[in-house]
Formats: sequence, C-alpha cells, structure tokens
Amino acid sequence: MNGFPILSLMLLVPLVAAVACLVVPREQARSVALLATFVDFALGMVLWANYDIGGAQWQFTESAALFAGFSWKLGIDGIALMLIALTVFLMPVCIGASWLSIDKRQGEYYAAFLLMETLMIGVFAAQDLFLFYIMFEAGLIPMYLIIGVWGGADRIYASYKFFLYTLLGSVLMLIAMFWMVNEAGTTDIPTLMAYNFPAHAQTWLWLAFFASFAVKMPMWPVHTWLPDAHVQAPTGGSVILAGVLLKMGGYGFIRFSLPMFPEASAQFAPLIFGMSMAAVVITSLIALVQTDMKKLIAYSSVAHMAIVTVGLFAFNIQGLEGSMIVMLSHGLVAGALFLCVGVIYDRLHTREIDRYGGLSTNMPRYAIFFLLFTMASIGLPGTSGFVGEFLSLLGIYEMSSWVALVCTTGIILGAAYMLYLYRRVAYGEQKNADAAAMLDLDKREWAMMVPLAAVVLWMGVYPESFLAPMRKDIATLDARLAHAKPHGDADVKAGTGKPAAEEHSAHGGAH
Amino acid sequence: MDFARSLALVAPETLLSVSGLILLLVAAWAGDKASRAISIAAVAVLTACAIIAAPALWGGAMGPQTEAFGGQFRADAFAAYGKLLIYASAGVTLMVAPAFFDRVKAMRAEFPLLIMFASIGMGMMVSAADLLTLYIGLELTSLASYVLASFLRVDERSAEAGLKYFVLGSLASGILLFGMSLLYGFTGSTSFAAIHDAMTGEMATGALFGVIFVLAGLAFKISAAPFHMWTPDVYEGAPTPVTTFFSTAPKVAALGLMMRVTLEAFGNQVFAWQQVVIFASLLSIVIGALGAIGQNNIKRLMAYSSINNVGFILIGLATATQAGASAMLVYLAIYVAMSVAGFVVILLLRDENGDAVEAISDLAGLSKTRPWLALSLAMVMFSLAGIPPLFGFWGKFVVFQAAVQADLIILAAIGIAASVIGAFYYLKVVKVMYFDEAVDKVKGTGELSHTVILVLALLVNSPLGYLLTKCLDTLAGNAAAALFFAY
Repeated sequence: MNGFPILSLMLLVPLVAAVACLVVPREQARSVALLATFVDFALGMVLWANYDIGGAQWQFTESAALFAGFSWKLGIDGIALMLIALTVFLMPVCIGASWLSIDKRQGEYYAAFLLMETLMIGVFAAQDLFLFYIMFEAGLIPMYLIIGVWGGADRIYASYKFFLYTLLGSVLMLIAMFWMVNEAGTTDIPTLMAYNFPAHAQTWLWLAFFASFAVKMPMWPVHTWLPDAHVQAPTGGSVILAGVLLKMGGYGFIRFSLPMFPEASAQFAPLIFGMSMAAVVITSLIALVQTDMKKLIAYSSVAHMAIVTVGLFAFNIQGLEGSMIVMLSHGLVAGALFLCVGVIYDRLHTREIDRYGGLSTNMPRYAIFFLLFTMASIGLPGTSGFVGEFLSLLGIYEMSSWVALVCTTGIILGAAYMLYLYRRVAYGEQKNADAAAMLDLDKREWAMMVPLAAVVLWMGVYPESFLAPMRKDIATLDARLAHAKPHGDADVKAGTGKPAAEEHSAHGGAH
Repeated sequence: MDFARSLALVAPETLLSVSGLILLLVAAWAGDKASRAISIAAVAVLTACAIIAAPALWGGAMGPQTEAFGGQFRADAFAAYGKLLIYASAGVTLMVAPAFFDRVKAMRAEFPLLIMFASIGMGMMVSAADLLTLYIGLELTSLASYVLASFLRVDERSAEAGLKYFVLGSLASGILLFGMSLLYGFTGSTSFAAIHDAMTGEMATGALFGVIFVLAGLAFKISAAPFHMWTPDVYEGAPTPVTTFFSTAPKVAALGLMMRVTLEAFGNQVFAWQQVVIFASLLSIVIGALGAIGQNNIKRLMAYSSINNVGFILIGLATATQAGASAMLVYLAIYVAMSVAGFVVILLLRDENGDAVEAISDLAGLSKTRPWLALSLAMVMFSLAGIPPLFGFWGKFVVFQAAVQADLIILAAIGIAASVIGAFYYLKVVKVMYFDEAVDKVKGTGELSHTVILVLALLVNSPLGYLLTKCLDTLAGNAAAALFFAY
C-alpha cells in the first residue's frame, strides 16, 4: 500500500457520488449512494487490514502543497483509524435507514449524506490544522440541510440552533489556531502535538478549543441543541449525528486539547469533571421523564459523552482507552437505538412512547434486537457498553473517587431510563390497536440490525481487536501527559510490606 | 522629467479615455441602436487595459520607476491589482446589463460609456499618490456613479437612489476636501510622500482633524458604518446591473484608495487612525449583520452584506502591516467573485412577465422549482457567511490570521464572534429557498452570458477556489509589497 493515496481516494469516492446523486434520476440516487458507501466501507477495511499495529505512529501519510497557508496533508494513527472505521461502517446503515422513508428530494438527500461522509473522514484523517478546521466546519452545511429539509415539525428551529450554536463554538477555535500557527510556525498537527506552548497561553488556547469541542461533544450545559436536532432529523440523520458527529468533539479533545495543552488540561480538569458529573446526573434524570423516544436517547447520549470526557481527563491509560471504546460503542449503540426508533416510526409515524406497547408480542424479532441494544446502552457485561464504561470509570477512580462515584450513578440511572423505555414500548398490554398490528422486521431492516448487533457483541466479548491499533497511540499520549498529570486522591503507592527476609530478621530480632 | 515614460505608465487610463471619447461620438451619431455594439467594444477595451496593466502586477513593479508626472500617479503592482479587479467587475457589468435594460426598454448607449469613465476614475483612485489625483479620480467615479444609479429615468426608485447618492456623496466629498485642506495646511504638501515625511513625532491637532475628516469621507465611499446609511437605499433603487457594479468595482477602488492614504500618507501615524479603523470595522460588522436580519428585499440584504464584509476587510487595515494589506487584497478579490455570483443570480430571478423578483419571501421553495438556481444562491450565501469549504471562508481566514499575527487578538475574537450574527441572515435565505413550501414565482430563463459568468464565479466560490490560493497569495503579496515600498 506504500504511496497509494488511499485516504484521498476514500474522500473522493463519496464526493464524486454526491455530485452523481444530484445528476442521476432521483430513483437511482439511493443506489448510487449505497454503492459508494459500500465501496468506501471496503476501502476502510483495506485500510484497517493494512494498518501496521505497533508500526509508525502516522501511517498512510500523504502530503501535497496545494494551497497557500496550509497544505493537503493526510495521515492516520490508530485512534483515527478506529473512528474512520466507525464512519464507513455506519454510512451504509444510514443509507439503508433512509431507503424507503425519504420520499422527497432523494437526490439532494443522498448527496448531503455522502458529502457528510467525505467531511467526517476528512476530519479524522487531516494532519494539517487548517485542513482539519475546514473539514470540521464544513459539516455544518449538509447537516443544516438534512435537519431543515427532511426533518420533523420543528425542524427550522432545530436547524438554526444546531448551526449557530456549533458555529459560535468553532470560530473562536479558529482564532486560537491562528495564534498557535503563528507561535509554532507550522500547521502540521503531529509537530504541534509535540510543541510546548507557554503555560499562560495554553489556558486561553485550551478555552478556545474547549468552546468548540464542548458544543460538538456536547457537554452540559451547551448540549441543548442536540435533543432538538435529533428529534427533528430523519432517522439516517440521527444515526450519523449520534454515531459519528458527536465523536468529533471527543476526537478533538484527544487529538488537540490533551496533547497540545497538557498543563491547561490539568488545570481545567476539575471544570470538566464538574460539567460531566452534572451532565451524567441531570441529563439522565431528564431522560427518565421523556415521552419522546428520540429525545430520551438524545439525552442518554449526553450522559454517555460525559463518561467520555471524564475518562479523557483522567490522565491515565485506562481512562483514555475506556473513552475511546465508549465513543466507538456509543456510535454503534446510539446509532442502533435510533434505528430501532426509526423502524417503528416508519410504521406508525410517531415517536410518542405512549402510542406503542406490547411490541414483543407482534414484533418479537424486533424486540430482541431492541433489547440487545438497550442492554448495550446500559452497559451490560458482554456488550460493548460495558467495556468502555468500566475502563473509563476505573481510570477516573484513580484520579478522584468522588467523580467516579457520581459518574457511576449514570449507569444506574441509565438502566432505569432505558429499561423503563423498553418496558413501555415492548412489554405490557397492547393498548393501541394500530401498534399491535405492526409487522415484524423486513429483510432490509434485518440487514441493518444484524451487523450492528454482531459488532456490539464482538466489541463486548473481545475488545482487543479494537484496542490493539490504538494502544500505542494512547501510550504515547499518556507519556506526553505524564508531566502535567494532577495528583489524584486514590494515592496509589507500591506496597510498604518489607521483603520477607528482612521481615524475618526483624521478627527474629524481637525474640 | 521623462514625459514619454509617464505616458507609458498611464497607458490603460489613456486608452480608456481615448476610446471612451470615440465611442461617445459613435453613440451620438448611431444612437441607442448601437448600444450593444458599444458595450462589446467597451468590454474589448477594458480587456486590453487589463492586459496592459497585468505585467506590473506579475512583475511586482514598485519604487520610483512606477511614478508618473512628478510623483502624482503611481502605476505599481498595487495599482495593477486594483485595476484588474475593477476592469473585471466593469466588464461583467457590461455583459449582464444589456439583457436587463432591453427588457425594460431602457438600454441606452450612454451606459457602457459611463461605466468606462467610472473605470478611468477608479483606476486613478488606486494609482493616486497625491491628494489631487485622489480627488480627481474620486469625483470622476462619483459623477458617473450618480448618473448610473438613476439610469432608469422613469423609475421613481432609481431616481430617488440617484438623488440620495448624489446628495450624500457630495456631502462626503465636502468632508473629504475639508480634511485634505487641513492636511495641506499642516503638512505643506499634497503629495502622499511629503505628507508621510511631514507627519513624524507629535501630531498637530489640525493634522489629526485632517486625518479624521479624510477617513470619514472615505468611509462614506466604502460604505463603512457609521457612514453606511445610503447603501441599502441606493442598492435597492439602482437598476440591478448597476448595483452589481456598485458592490464590486467602486468598493475595490475606494478600499484601495483608503489603503494608499492610510498606509502610505499616514503610515507614520498608525496610532492616530488605527482606533478609528477598528471602531468602523466592528461597527460595520455588527450593523451590517443586525441590519440585514429584518430585510425582505434581496438587494437590500446584499447591501447590508456589503457593509458587513467591508467591516471584515477593515480588520486587515487595522493591523497596519504588510500581511494585513495583502489579506485585504485577497479578501477583495474573493468578495468581488461572491458579489458577482450573487447579483447574477438576482438578475436571473424573474417571474413569468420578466419582472425582477426581489422579495426574499417570493423565493420560497426555489430549490424545488429551480434547483440549480437555488443551489447557486445557497453557495453564495454560505460563501458570504464564510462557512468552509466555500471559498468565502478564505477571505475571512487571511484577514483574521493577519490580525492575530499583528497581536490584535481581541479584535479578531470579537470580529469573528460577530460573524456568527451575520451567518443568521444568510441562513435565512437558504432556509426560505430550501425549507419553505414552494410559491413557484421564479420563471425566467437566463441568457448564455449570465450562465457563463455565474458558472465561472461559482467555480471560484466553490472549494476548487482553494487551488487559487497560491496564485492569489503571490499577487496580493506583490501588491502589498509595492504599497509598503520605502515606507
């Protein structure tokens, strides 16, 4: 694979297909889109297969000095590889989820989705600071259109809120980037990751990046765009929003905030912990009282992302690894849950929980999948959710027992709201005749559910497949953070017991 | 003084003047029938002038050998950069105008001539190295512009636009003249170089007043807040091809002139005018953004958008560095491309009778009825809002980068945060076109010339525009270097 620009190709395939979708007759747009996402998925798997675990930190690098002020520079490490794999895996599912439910302006819809795919891969693969920014920001346009054109009743408000919120967060980051490039004299991300910015400047830079990533993440209290955007977006839009877009914030923290500003990250760790603890408890409680299924899952996403942030700022390997796994797992599980909502929404056209009930009777296969993803969201051992949350909380326990204590309540509350949701939808009496008459999964839905379920179980049973490519990069990051690591309250020490011989002699001396 | 060399340096202006006068005679004898032929001839002349001016830009001409007529006129790379943009804008206006005026049966042979004379004036503005050259260029442009604004004689709005523009423009010229007389009184010269040398050390209060008055007069010409009030009315009232012209060429000329005056003549007293520029810049950004929110006329919206964009360009001026000047020039080039694309789309928005559709609410659902037109306008809107990956982002990028390099971080942060307010109204246009139910009002079809210009302008605006960054960077760098030569 040496020298072959596979990353550029992965960016190009959806882009070309997006243009094609606008031109071909609209009935064929979805086929073009599906084909392109499958090609990109295949390329992604080739990428993974050829990724040399334990090899160079940055692989598949490409560089072309096409522009003034920044360059076309791509390359991935294990962390980016995993997130790209997640993206290319979820995209065909999104197209599948939209297959029948999108009945107006298909060409533009699929074009917007494919454009999103290009930009998301671009975000994870960019090795130039400004190239990253362009990809990061550009995602606003297709997402704005997806929510606004194909969304539900309140779509216009939701699309504005999404756009302006995230734009405001990002522009300040741009100013910080200018300062960094001016100071360090390079736009190369790997170089900047090793550059030591003055500690007082780090504070401001960190805050500027935080403004952007916290909104994208989203962290409490700037999460309010998320439930609106999710509820109004079509199913495919929700899957991609929850599955990949939310990961951009976490990726930003792990790629920029932590390695570039370690001192400031340590300084602001209590702020992160505070916001995350608040998020876990508050949004879980909010989720408990929702009557709209998508809103409930949206709030649960905020709670899960809070587990990611505490893990990231735990400054140890367990926390970082755990956060990455939570991100991957949440991408799959939240995507799958939105898909489950989409399946019944397509049949009944409502997201009101009360309009359903007893679905396990007439849709038993659907109920099984829904149960699996519910359990994965709660973090049942054997599913992907457990691995990530366990590692994250273990990591944070070393840093602060109190934070760990509060964040662990998230798991209990998570079980409460998810099981409560499941009980109301799948169990109980079949009080609504129309809901009771719904048909079980069709072939298309099977084809989407099975791969998701398989990967969720795979990640839960053998997470090593997913951890191995990232291990070295996380160790590098941990080493980079070591000097700034705040003192935790766990107070881990080597045992004080004396060597046996010495103990013996001391014992003997007493006689 | 070598007269032949001076004449060679003013070759584009000479060519424009002579051919303008000849075409005037043609117009007098052949009448309005010949207006299309005269337009074509005018475009050819403008192209020739651009070819004459271009080598100075590519070669990075600067220094004494670019000075003509005893240092009153300077045909350096900076002037060439401005002239290329001005001639291009004028050429585009001439290409889109005949179709518009034919439809309202108002095409007259004077139109291309007025555009040509305005172009001579603007060429002089960007080449000015003396307050007198400055004023002559400015007035030549303004007089032609007043007539252009009221070119639709039977249309009340057009006449009103012309009158407003004339009254307020004269006031601004008066303020400018007053400032210039103060400067002359306190520095003893009208030459930029002499003013530069005279304004060292502690500044006399009178000279300071001169600087402020000159800046106020120029702020009027570039429609920077708080001297922006005329802009929405004139943009709305003037015939659309004229608005296209106003939003491009005179902006380039007036901003070029402002750069000459501030960075050359007042280059020694940056602190005297920096605060004024920062104030005007932030105020323009905010007023441009807030004023646009309530508008329902797309031309008025573009007027506020131009105020907003001038604010961003002024951030580059506030840095008072060569990088800042270069960034302003890059922004100007991109802004011209965005405006041209925007106004060509507006020209294409016509109902079944061929009348212009200007109300934003009439664009509802345009993406269903005219998808490509809607996509074009959406691209322009996102580009004006500076959302990557559209090329409009690059203009903001270079300007804010220059500001950060000059340690104006607070200014940059406030300016960029205010740009989010602006994004709101650009989004509104996209929302109306894409999210609302179709009213199906736009029916008209475009001429080939419109389509060609639109496609070219959109290609620049698209992400492909980034491939131009190296070229733009070099050219704007040449131009900015010429501006800073010897100061």
